[in-house]
Amino acid sequence: MSYQPTVSQLIHLADNALILGHRLSEWCGHGPALEQDIALSNIALDYVGAARNWYQLAANQINSLQDKAAFPLNAQGEATEDTLAYLRDAFDFKNFLLLELPNGDWAVTTLRLLLSASYQQLLLQQLSTNEHADVAAIAAKSLKEVTYHVRWSEDWVKRLGDGTDESHQRLQAAYHELWPYIGEFWENKLALPIDIASMQAQWLAKINQVFEASHLPQGVLPTWHQTGGTEGIHTEHLGYILAEMQFLQRAYPNAEW
Amino acid sequence: MEQMLSPEAQHFQEKIDKEIKIEPKDWMPEKYRHTLIRQISQHAHSEIIGMLPEGNWITRAPSLKRKAILLAKVQDEAGHGLYLYAAAETLGISRDEMYHQLHTGKAKYSSIFNYPTLTWADMGVVGWLVDGAAIMNQVPLCRTSYGPYARAMVRICKEESFHQRQGFDSLLVLSKGTPGQRRMLQDAINRWWWPSLMMFGPTDDASPNTVQSMQWKIKRFTNDELRQKFVDVCAEQVKLLGCTLPDPDLKWNAERGHYDFGAINWQEFWNVVSGNGPCNKERIEARRKAWDNGAWVREAASAYASKQQAKQAVAAA
Amino acid sequence: MNTTIRILRYGDYDAMQKAGSNIPATNSSNHATSTAPEWPLWEVFVRSKQGLDHKHVGSLHAADAAMAIENARDVYTRRQEGVSIWVVESKYIHASNPDEADSFYEPASDKVYRHPTFYDLPEAIKHM
Repeated sequence: MSYQPTVSQLIHLADNALILGHRLSEWCGHGPALEQDIALSNIALDYVGAARNWYQLAANQINSLQDKAAFPLNAQGEATEDTLAYLRDAFDFKNFLLLELPNGDWAVTTLRLLLSASYQQLLLQQLSTNEHADVAAIAAKSLKEVTYHVRWSEDWVKRLGDGTDESHQRLQAAYHELWPYIGEFWENKLALPIDIASMQAQWLAKINQVFEASHLPQGVLPTWHQTGGTEGIHTEHLGYILAEMQFLQRAYPNAEW
Repeated sequence: MEQMLSPEAQHFQEKIDKEIKIEPKDWMPEKYRHTLIRQISQHAHSEIIGMLPEGNWITRAPSLKRKAILLAKVQDEAGHGLYLYAAAETLGISRDEMYHQLHTGKAKYSSIFNYPTLTWADMGVVGWLVDGAAIMNQVPLCRTSYGPYARAMVRICKEESFHQRQGFDSLLVLSKGTPGQRRMLQDAINRWWWPSLMMFGPTDDASPNTVQSMQWKIKRFTNDELRQKFVDVCAEQVKLLGCTLPDPDLKWNAERGHYDFGAINWQEFWNVVSGNGPCNKERIEARRKAWDNGAWVREAASAYASKQQAKQAVAAA
Repeated sequence: MNTTIRILRYGDYDAMQKAGSNIPATNSSNHATSTAPEWPLWEVFVRSKQGLDHKHVGSLHAADAAMAIENARDVYTRRQEGVSIWVVESKYIHASNPDEADSFYEPASDKVYRHPTFYDLPEAIKHM
């Protein structure tokens, strides 16, 4: 039997991209150097683009369902990328908690990107060979982008780790803040068709190699971690993201933009 | 003007008259260098400050498509600021020094960005009117006499062409939308029209530098010439939106072949320029904060680079 | 406005070396917090497609070469302008002196025999 992605799986992939892209886009105009502003905006754009691709695939799937009214629809009665992004409440979002945390400083931003993009890279490598053609195509496109995000964030984490005392301390603080959230990567509660065990080992090896160059202690998978995102139980931060992001669609229902 | 030009100065003006570009290491009058530094850095600051009023709508854009377009556009502005800072740097001023002038209020930037962006329609109107006015100013600068400036402007104009189009495109959608959207649209036009006209700067008789700048071909049309051209274009375009421009005196003058328009409130202009606009303080504060908060990041990267260099030197020895 | 003009651009490295100068910090003393020197300036060259030369497209600031290449990718190839990037720290570029332009380039102007159009060949020889 060939693999059919579930709507939940697709929405999870889309939400991850959208929420991280949203956070990264908050840096636009406020980065530590003009060149870095431009770099982060590029990365944010990649994620907004990836989110659109996954939402569109999810919307196609929803529109072929009998009970599509369980999902938010537009005036024509169709699910679209925008109804999915703009008309769901927090408990229907399935992104990892890690991605909705505030940007913090440059250390939190770049370390989060490294942790997430390294996971995404392994995930997308597997999905890019998936037998479902659309899934494989979107994954292959995103994989190229994410490979660059890994490189970019890895370079920055190393710079901060082996830069000044202050930058090292800030990186360490970022590590303590973010590490409790990585456990969600390995739960695979939505049963994506991936080999989690091999991904986990590769991910940890990669991260620890960067940590070594950054003079950080080797990371060990936490025995207890923050969880709930993929089931719609979020941090308080997501509500604020959605309030901001969805305001126009909510204030002007069924309008075209 | 000096009575007698030195041989260098004469040679310099001959090159300008023959449309030969001046390059960084060529001889140039100090006043030319300073005027250019002032003009290019003001232009660069305008791009960077200009990111803020639009940037604050990226997280609120009403569709994923509009979000991507707006983000790409604001990112382009960062790029344009960068090209221009680089052009100014060839004249011997560092980017840090220019930032310093901006952060301490010594440098000016386009007064338009001291106005707030209050609704989504402002994004489209900024694209249509503000970018439209900017393009009108910028296109002639692609032929400006200073090579690095001209090359930066060519690149900017090429990229800028999508900005105005996306703005008008989003306004067309609003104009065909709900009554609420149309109200939002007219409100934004009302607020941005007069500040856009002010973007061309004081009237010609109040622009003391224009004559010299025209002679040096740093500037190629006067403020009033460009402003009139802009009014003529917009007065027609606004009809496509089913909206009006907020000027009861606006009417076609067949004799002149141009639109007549009402008096600009120059008192407002000079107040905004000198720091009393609605958002002057917020804009500078936002830039200063980004710069100060980024200091440790820039220092870390420099420290890392020297450590890596030292390691390589050891490895090579 | 009291502007400090310190020329540091391509071709100036020689002069500074001769003067025994280290490349100085650019910040003036009254900067609010940042006292670190500016990231150095880099010149960027982009190959727009396979088979063409790398062409100078502009400059940018970066702390090191890896960052310069990444920044160049984000700043100068956002619209698919390139397939390959070179960066070089601006201070390492040696430039000819415009004051010597006459002695450098004028002597080439009367050597028309270097150009293929100088030679009239019979019609019968089509491609040479």
